Amino acid sequence: MLRFILSRFGQTLAVLFMASVIVFALMRLIPGDPVLMMLGDDFTQVAYERMKAQLGLDRPIVVQYVFWLRNVLQGDLGDSLLQHQRVSLLVWEAFQPTLVLVVASLIAGIVIAIPSGIVAAMRKDSAWDYGSMGFAILVYSMPSFWKGIILIWIFSVYFRWFPAMGYVAPWTDLGDSLWKLVLPAFTLGTFFSGLVARIVRSSLLEVLSADYIKAARAKGVRQAALVYRHALSNALIPVVTIIGLQFGALLGGAVLTETVFAIPGMGRLTVNAILNRDYAVVQGTILAGVLLVVVVNLLVDLTYAFLNPKIRMA
Amino acid sequence: MARQLDVECPPALETAPVVAPAGTGLRRWWRRFARNRGAVFGLVVLVLIVVASVFAPVLAPYDPLAQGVGPTLSGPSRAHWAGTDSFGRDMLSRIIFGARIALIVGVVSVVIAMIIGVSLGLAAGYYGGWLDAVVMRVMDGLFAFPIIILAIAMMAIMGFGVTNVIIAVAVGFIAPFARVTRADVLAVKEEPYIEAARLAGVSAPAIIARHVLPNVLAPIIVQAALRVSGAIITESGLSFLGLGPPPPTPVWGSMIAEGRNFIVMAPHVSTFPGIALMLAIVGLNLLGDGLRDTLDPRLRR
Repeated sequence: MLRFILSRFGQTLAVLFMASVIVFALMRLIPGDPVLMMLGDDFTQVAYERMKAQLGLDRPIVVQYVFWLRNVLQGDLGDSLLQHQRVSLLVWEAFQPTLVLVVASLIAGIVIAIPSGIVAAMRKDSAWDYGSMGFAILVYSMPSFWKGIILIWIFSVYFRWFPAMGYVAPWTDLGDSLWKLVLPAFTLGTFFSGLVARIVRSSLLEVLSADYIKAARAKGVRQAALVYRHALSNALIPVVTIIGLQFGALLGGAVLTETVFAIPGMGRLTVNAILNRDYAVVQGTILAGVLLVVVVNLLVDLTYAFLNPKIRMA
Repeated sequence: MARQLDVECPPALETAPVVAPAGTGLRRWWRRFARNRGAVFGLVVLVLIVVASVFAPVLAPYDPLAQGVGPTLSGPSRAHWAGTDSFGRDMLSRIIFGARIALIVGVVSVVIAMIIGVSLGLAAGYYGGWLDAVVMRVMDGLFAFPIIILAIAMMAIMGFGVTNVIIAVAVGFIAPFARVTRADVLAVKEEPYIEAARLAGVSAPAIIARHVLPNVLAPIIVQAALRVSGAIITESGLSFLGLGPPPPTPVWGSMIAEGRNFIVMAPHVSTFPGIALMLAIVGLNLLGDGLRDTLDPRLRR
């Protein structure tokens, strides 16, 4: 177990290192000379050289990367050209609504997926099975930004049940926050539930044909007790894995979903930064996104190892 | 001597893995595929998209860019089956032309990603060693980025336009192709016929091209089919955010975004391009699932 944890940590560091190199390289590909942008129109050759040295751009590229990485590791992502604020602060503030949305969607998705996966598996090849699996494919295939607009049309404009947009932090006003989160969380959560319901169904079917379930059935355990007491906990282990595999897609979906519901998160910050050529902010949000995905994957793998006795005991 | 051996190599050994399943196998595969209802539905959708793209100028009732061909924001009518947008443009014509961009971006970006990813996977898997280590660590790094976020970053750097969308989406899909290919190459290169070819003196590039690649092709095709829908979703997402091909290009994503502003008065502006997009994605997903179930021998039940 300890060996597994250590090697998994090592892999995570290697991936983060590669990702940082990729982000650094991407930022170097931006057309235009940063020195010229800092100096404006009127300058001398001496001033140009001085500025270049000041920014460290006269050093070899590897040295530049090391300096850049040192700043990033200290949480110094530079300043936003547009908003005259620390990028780290802007990213931190925009990250919270996005994360709240992702967590709410995960919960919504699991709440929808597990019952529909169980029903589909227990009544395999029935109308229930086809219905819930058809629903799963449908909601999984609807792009989240379009699904959000359709839900606004139905539930905000037509029925007037839920607000169409806005965001309040759960720690400010929990009731209002949840109220405004219903539609966005349902939008993104159904994407996730589509995946999970299919996994729950197939892994439950697999577990139900295992020998220990057959033995329990032979001893006269009823079908419902069989599923809930014996099969379900094992069938849910792959769901943990799918959270890790799909977390990146979920984060990407959140960026699009929050745009639909006017939630002031990462999506809005990044897109505004791109339209205004505020590259330090773009770099900050991308680094934060990658860091989050990699860390969640590490946590998921560790959880999986803990749940799976084959790894836990090793 | 080595060359001589190569020539004398019995043809069965050379081509067995490729030709044997192809003649009779293709028909058998088609019978399996045709029984999969979802896959056939997906194939029909794909054919529809291809037809709409190729014959867009003939099929579209109006010029997709012409403004004021009807009243603004009017709902579906006999003159405009899918209604009109805020510039009085015909929505149906724009949706039909939108299929072109979706198909081009979906297919071209996946083909580019496939060529680069498969080459990297073949080289890394076959040669191993430091090449494998370096290539696959870079792929791990790329894989950590959510596709849409990587694509957003690329668009920030390159600027907007169809070609840049294709490049941005392609970069995001290189890593999965490299991984799938490498994993299968590792298994195939231990096979006796590879050993035989190597002992017969066939050069490494020739072995890769003639013996390894054909035997790892099935999972690559499945991967490609499944990724086309992902590419179309990513392109639509970029366009929805306003980072795709610039207006007035008819793109499904930006049409949906435009409709959001008129959701109260004219819900059809978002609804119809969204239905087209959803049909395309459902169809391609089902087609990909069908190909996976019928092509990939490990998953065949």
